[in-house]
Amino acid sequence: MAELLKLQSEIKEFPKEYFYRNSQAQETRQEENQAATRIQSWFRACKVRAYLSHLHKKAIIIQKIWRGFTARARVRQMVKAAYFIMKMNFYEEMAVRIQRRWRGFFVRKYIHNFYARKSYLEGVTMKNESVRRELDELEELQKRERDCLAMVKEQTAKVYQAHRLHHLVSTKQCPGVFNSPFRPAPHEMELLLRQVKYQTPTRLAPRGRARPLGIPSPTAPSFPGTLGSPWIKTSRTCCSRPVLPPIVSKKQQGLYREPGEVWEQRVQCPDLMLCLQTSYTHLEEAQNQLQQKETGALSCSRRPLPSGGTIAKEGGTGGMLHRGSHSSSSFTQPAYTSKSFRRKNKYKNKCKIEIRHKGAGLELSHEATSDTSFHAHA
Amino acid sequence: MSQRQIVQVFEQYQKSRMQFVQTVADLAARPQNIEILRNAGVMSMLRPLLLDVVPSVQQTAALALGRLADHSDDLAEAVVKEDILPQLVQSLASQNRFYKKAAAFVLRAVAKHSPELSQAVVACGGVDALVLCLEEFDPGVKEAATWALGYIARHNALLSQSVVDAGAVPLLVLCLLEPEIALKRIAASTLSDISKHTPELAQTVVDTGAIAHLAQMILNPDAKLKRQVFSALSQISKHSVSLAEMVIEAEIFPAALASLRDQDEYVRKNVATLMREVVKHSPELSQVIINYGALSGVIDYVNDCRGNLRLPGIMMLGYVAAHSENLAMAVIISKGVPQLGLCLSEESEHHIKAATVWSIGQIGHHTPEHAKAVATAHLLPKLLELYMDARSSEDLQAKSKKALKSILQKCTYVPGLEPLLYDAPSNILKHVVCQFSKVLPHDSKARRLFVTSGGLKKVQEIEAEPGSALQEHINAINNCFPEELVRYYTPGYSDALLERLDNYQSA
Repeated sequence: MAELLKLQSEIKEFPKEYFYRNSQAQETRQEENQAATRIQSWFRACKVRAYLSHLHKKAIIIQKIWRGFTARARVRQMVKAAYFIMKMNFYEEMAVRIQRRWRGFFVRKYIHNFYARKSYLEGVTMKNESVRRELDELEELQKRERDCLAMVKEQTAKVYQAHRLHHLVSTKQCPGVFNSPFRPAPHEMELLLRQVKYQTPTRLAPRGRARPLGIPSPTAPSFPGTLGSPWIKTSRTCCSRPVLPPIVSKKQQGLYREPGEVWEQRVQCPDLMLCLQTSYTHLEEAQNQLQQKETGALSCSRRPLPSGGTIAKEGGTGGMLHRGSHSSSSFTQPAYTSKSFRRKNKYKNKCKIEIRHKGAGLELSHEATSDTSFHAHA
Repeated sequence: MSQRQIVQVFEQYQKSRMQFVQTVADLAARPQNIEILRNAGVMSMLRPLLLDVVPSVQQTAALALGRLADHSDDLAEAVVKEDILPQLVQSLASQNRFYKKAAAFVLRAVAKHSPELSQAVVACGGVDALVLCLEEFDPGVKEAATWALGYIARHNALLSQSVVDAGAVPLLVLCLLEPEIALKRIAASTLSDISKHTPELAQTVVDTGAIAHLAQMILNPDAKLKRQVFSALSQISKHSVSLAEMVIEAEIFPAALASLRDQDEYVRKNVATLMREVVKHSPELSQVIINYGALSGVIDYVNDCRGNLRLPGIMMLGYVAAHSENLAMAVIISKGVPQLGLCLSEESEHHIKAATVWSIGQIGHHTPEHAKAVATAHLLPKLLELYMDARSSEDLQAKSKKALKSILQKCTYVPGLEPLLYDAPSNILKHVVCQFSKVLPHDSKARRLFVTSGGLKKVQEIEAEPGSALQEHINAINNCFPEELVRYYTPGYSDALLERLDNYQSA
């Protein structure tokens, strides 16, 4: 019972205790609650943190693997490109080297060829020299020809004068003024006077066509100076200037040649006599003779040429060219020289053909004089 | 009065008319009588006589008229004003050949003076009548007509065109084929006059085949004919490349060179002109001409003649050299440069000098080698002298400056450059110093020579604006020499030295 009692007393005590404890618990509840919350929050935080860090670790692993992968791929790419560029550079350099060599070679060989240029310049120099030489020769020739013509002119004047002074020739009885007995030899004029046959002068002017035929002039009376003049004179008559006879005495200028030389020249030009003989007054006779011949046996071979004038002209220029080509056969055209050869061969024939044309005949005779006189000198 | 007496009166009248006309014609032949004749009213007297019943009176009247008109342009104008030309032109078609000749002479005399008078002749139908005369048989008439046509065509392109339009050119080419030298001459001269104006006219002349006929005559012994032929060829070839090529294709060339030594100086001049006109068009044509060896001929020609005759030769050398450096080299090795130098010193006319200077410039401006050739001929100081000379004409100065500049820009020949250091003005000096600044860094011998000859001293004395091109060149030169050397040659260096001496003593 005691127990009971004790229990009863305790029961009595129990609510008190209960309330007490309840109040006490009420007092600490908030605190405890907070503490519990804190503990819970800490714990949870720890848990979440651990989880997160776990996640991070995993993410990093993923990332590093990926990044490494992509970077490697990129680097591979870059290396490839760099290698390619390097190769390209190399090839280009090699190409440039080849091109350089080739271009240098090509230009030197075909465009700015030093040796070709040198040889060209040498060629030009040589050509210049040869041309200069040829021109010099030609000039010399022309000069000689002019001199020769002047001499012929002078000689003609002299002969004409001798013809005029024929009355001064010495006779058996009485020596003339040019044949003075005090001289060791007779004067040059005296020799000339003896050769000249006297004939009454028909005209004053010593023109080729007006010349009396009796004078056995050693040199041709027809030379270009007087030959060209009839044409020029006739054409000049548009101004109808009166034709005055030239003053003969003026022609006798310059040195006289040695008589021997003159004589030699006289002997060397037998062809010129033909021209002299067939000058103006004999033209018609020659024509008649030719016509008679034509009607004869030779008529088929030698018909009258309608273009005689042009042939004569061609002959004239050919002659000039021929003279030019004497000095320089390579210089003038080969066609011309062949022409001149032909001209030489057919010289006689042409001479006969062309006599019928007055102008042509004159030109021919001029050519003949100049040509033969040139030969005489050369 | 018997019949005889009446007739005698007429005869007497005719005789005195004839005498009058002849006397007037004779008097008109002398220029000093012209004024007196004119004052005596000769024009109005001659005019009715042109319509005289007697042909010889007519003819002599025309002759007198022609001579009067020939001598003075006033009288030529009077002929135009008196309306004589239509009469003449009408009678040109109808009368005999002597009268035609005289009438053509009058037309020629009138047309010669001025384009206006020529225009008057053209306006009254003179050209057509003259062209009709060209179909005449008589060479004298042809000659007179050709001559008149030539005088008409000479003035300007319009008148030439009218001559061409009248169909004169084929007939003129036919005249070239006539045997008479005088006719050939005048026909060639007329063709030359026609073709000188425009390329079209020249083309017309070429189309009739004139070149072949002209080319045949270049070896003719007659000098005056050759003159005209070469003049015609050069007038044709001056216009265009194709015309020049046609002239070349006529194969005149090696043969025409022979005429460079002709006795007649105008033949030579015209040949040189022809070459110049051909050469100026293209390098190929120049090459062709050079391959014929023309350079030596031209250079000899330039050597032989004096004054204006030299001009075409000089210009030909310039044109050849202008085309390419190869051709310029060909001129140099043909010894063209010393010859040009000779011209420069011998000639006094400024236009010839200007042409020579131009040619030298064309030769020297290609490469250093060319410039050296010019410099070794001692031409640079001469050019400078011409440029500096106050008496030189403006053109000459401009040309010498240009030549000098273009040669200097290529010149690396130090001994040739040095004389220019001393007396050149700054605009030339610039180029000289520039050349030195290019040469000296690479050439030790030249550097040594430059110092010993006093060039460096001269360079130090040049006062250049800082920052200018000249100053830069001078600095470039100074950089090739040791500093002491440069300082030694700097003006005022001795003073600086003395100053240093003072400072040294005080310290």
